[in-house]
Amino acid sequence: MSIWEYANPKRFMQTSARALPWAVGLTVACLTVGLVWGFFFTPEDFKQGSTVKIIYIHVPAAMMAINAWIMMLVTSLIWIVRRHHVSVLAAKAAAPVGLTFTIIALVTGALWGQPMWGTWWAWDPRLTAFLILTLFYFGYLALWSAIEDPDTAADLTSILCLVGSVFALLSRYAVNLWSQGLHQGASLSLDKEENVSDVYWQPLVICIVGFVLLFVTMVLLRTRTEIRARRLKALLARERVA
Amino acid sequence: MKALLFRDLRLAMRAGGGFGLGLAFFFLLSVLVPLGVGPEGSTLGRIAPGILWVGALLACLLSLDRIFALDFEDGSLEFLATAPIPLEAVVAVKAFAHWLVTGLPLTLIAPGLAVFLNLPPAGYLWLVLSLALGTPALSVIGTFGAALVVGLRRGGLLLSLLVLPLYVPTLILGAEAVRRGAEGMAPATPLALVAAISLGAVALLPFAAAAALRVNLR
Repeated sequence: MSIWEYANPKRFMQTSARALPWAVGLTVACLTVGLVWGFFFTPEDFKQGSTVKIIYIHVPAAMMAINAWIMMLVTSLIWIVRRHHVSVLAAKAAAPVGLTFTIIALVTGALWGQPMWGTWWAWDPRLTAFLILTLFYFGYLALWSAIEDPDTAADLTSILCLVGSVFALLSRYAVNLWSQGLHQGASLSLDKEENVSDVYWQPLVICIVGFVLLFVTMVLLRTRTEIRARRLKALLARERVA
Repeated sequence: MKALLFRDLRLAMRAGGGFGLGLAFFFLLSVLVPLGVGPEGSTLGRIAPGILWVGALLACLLSLDRIFALDFEDGSLEFLATAPIPLEAVVAVKAFAHWLVTGLPLTLIAPGLAVFLNLPPAGYLWLVLSLALGTPALSVIGTFGAALVVGLRRGGLLLSLLVLPLYVPTLILGAEAVRRGAEGMAPATPLALVAAISLGAVALLPFAAAAALRVNLR
């Protein structure tokens, strides 16, 4: 029994079909509890008022935007090394989800920034890095849709994902040199003295777990769709020959 | 390898090779920006480092799709792939040839165009240095992008979408070095980082580009 057994599409379809209802249920439960708790049962911040509640969408979406890219990096690497189709299809499935999370993080950040910083947008390192991440997602998706042969597309997008990761990381640190930030530093770290208060922290953690589950659910669903689309294509091709 | 280098240089120099295109674009941009922004010296001087770097970057982008597309169309790329030198070396030579016909001339005419943009005198040395250190990265990254889209009929627009995000760190650090130099601060840190990006790109990206080419020639 090893993890590579799930690289078999049939095995993946069986397991994911069983896991999917659980993933959906847990996602709904976590997001409902976390968001309702966060929006209605936490006090307002003494400085930020009720706008602090944007945190329950903004922070998890931003975390998942980055984690989605990391997941694509890992699955792309697996495709290049071991050539499991499920792996690269999962990367393809994750990209639009990650892009959506990135845009959600940027939009909620703008909505939060307007009342707090007095501006929708600032060329702050974190904001700029996220904008660049959006461009990387767009490039990756554009390359997928531009190439017809699925295996060529898989190879080229995987190479782009690997190279892009290096340059995305470089950009993240290059922008630090370039401007001072308005964005606050990390305040959820486990090893820091000063963190966000427990009142906000507890529902936030539930929201983060909810967003992780939401991502897993969507990627499973989309990967299943991709596999079915492949099977359909193979069937059609076979019929044309017969 | 030498033969390949001279062949690429000759092809670029001949009519229709696009040798002067990037330079002309760079020149026009540096003339148009003051016309659009207005002739005030202090404003122009402040934006000059950024404009010159963005101009060099876009001029570089103009000629990228020529690197492999023409060879792919007439089939000579397949001969190069089966040649006794490794494909990685072919890619590196092509990137070097691209740099010789775009990056190097851009670096050399940049100080002349900086006069139009009223760059402060302290910035000239750093402009030339940062372009000389940064344009190799632009050429190599661009070669990688060209290798990705070589099989596509209309790869030009896609190429810029893929390559521009990859250009971000080089642009930020290069322009930052000139800005610091022009304002009299120490530009050594961003300059060293630009050099690091160039060296890293030259060392590693030919392998990625060769891998992409192999996929496209399959």
